[in-house]
Amino acid sequence: MKPAPFTYHAPTTLAEALDALDRVGEDGKVLAGGQSLIPMLNMRLASPAHLVDINGVAGLGTVDVDATGVRIGALARHAQVAGHDAAHSVVPLLRQALQLVAHPVIRNRGTTVGSLAHADPSGEMTAVLSLLGGSMDLARKGAARTVPAAEFFVGPLESCLEPGEMAVSAWFPVPPPRTGTTFREVARRHGDYAMCGVAAAVTLDADQRVLSARTSYISMTATPLVLDLTEAVAGKPFDAADWAAAGQLSADQLDPEPDIHATADYRRHLGVVLTRQALTDAATVAAAQPQGATR
Amino acid sequence: MTDQQAEQTFPITLSVNGVPRTAEVPARRLLSDCLRHDLRMTGTHVGCEHGVCGACTVLVDGAPMRSCLMFAVSAQGSEITTVEGLADGETLHPVQQAFKECHGLQCGFCTPGFLTTISAVLDDNPEPTREEAVEAVSGNLCRCTGYQNIVASVLRAAEITRERSAVAIDEAGR
Repeated sequence: MKPAPFTYHAPTTLAEALDALDRVGEDGKVLAGGQSLIPMLNMRLASPAHLVDINGVAGLGTVDVDATGVRIGALARHAQVAGHDAAHSVVPLLRQALQLVAHPVIRNRGTTVGSLAHADPSGEMTAVLSLLGGSMDLARKGAARTVPAAEFFVGPLESCLEPGEMAVSAWFPVPPPRTGTTFREVARRHGDYAMCGVAAAVTLDADQRVLSARTSYISMTATPLVLDLTEAVAGKPFDAADWAAAGQLSADQLDPEPDIHATADYRRHLGVVLTRQALTDAATVAAAQPQGATR
Repeated sequence: MTDQQAEQTFPITLSVNGVPRTAEVPARRLLSDCLRHDLRMTGTHVGCEHGVCGACTVLVDGAPMRSCLMFAVSAQGSEITTVEGLADGETLHPVQQAFKECHGLQCGFCTPGFLTTISAVLDDNPEPTREEAVEAVSGNLCRCTGYQNIVASVLRAAEITRERSAVAIDEAGR
């Protein structure tokens, strides 16, 4: 198994990279961590005529944190993001989810922005970006645009990235005050693609009653599904809310496809159970935050 | 096919186990194949070639990575450590010594990937728990051992490292 020949571009600045992508158009593909792309090349499931390797581009390996959120550059590796304490303190869901992305060795090379651009329906970061209402910063020669998560993912392994365009960074906003988050998934083996995964965010009011309960899913739909399950638990104290009812509420809205790993019914069952568990955990995390905390 | 253009090649320089090495490779040459074919270092084994088995794991600037999921051109200028670089002359690396003592290998095909991965894990976490040891090897496949002796080897390697550093401190104190 060897990749088919391609023309190699090794830009050292973003401008050079965008220039190369502009020249090669739809025959071009960006190579960042390559942990999804290179297996596809090795198996010849993909054979782009041009690869634009951005590993030598300066200034893309950034993780910028402020009080409003975390901006992750195109070359920041999963391990680097997961290990970033400042990012963890404002958006804990990043580390919670990244621990479930493949294996540690893959996370040393794979990039967070790359996995978003790959738009795999089983990619954990797609659910994180969608649940938090984040966005992607895209650039092409002479132009740039910011696309919200809800518009970025358009199909399985398909984003709204156009030929000649590149994902430069991803923006993960800080959730509202008194919000707890968590990520749970079930996979055949630890580190494998999940049969179902759920990211949850629960926001409480000052009296520890539920203001909002939301979830997003991987391996259930072609593009990340975000559900607002608040109506099942609204106004209830966090420890007396009927989280199982919230799980049941999700069942009607989950319509997964069967595959070799799980039937549709089993996948939906996992969705319901994981929804209950993830929401319960997230509520507990939210309640444990110090009184008066802004987060 | 006679008029097919010769594939473009690129000169690369890598530091492999501390030794500067050069090669002339096409862009599609995987780092694993560069090590084995161009540099004739066959300690790095190639199993699945799509990142699942972990046999080809090497250290790139100290961090374990799949050499089958990197192009050699992308590794230009990097410090690569392969299994051949673990031992210190005739003295086995603590991880190698532990695999020997704990029967951490049978056929040995997967072993280079386990050794490089575990050596890096112990650099970061010199005293792993059993759970952390399992997590450390979770990305490597072994079809012979059933993993129990490999997990034992991780814990034993940590012990050996501590024993050797205690001896070194003792000798320095004399």
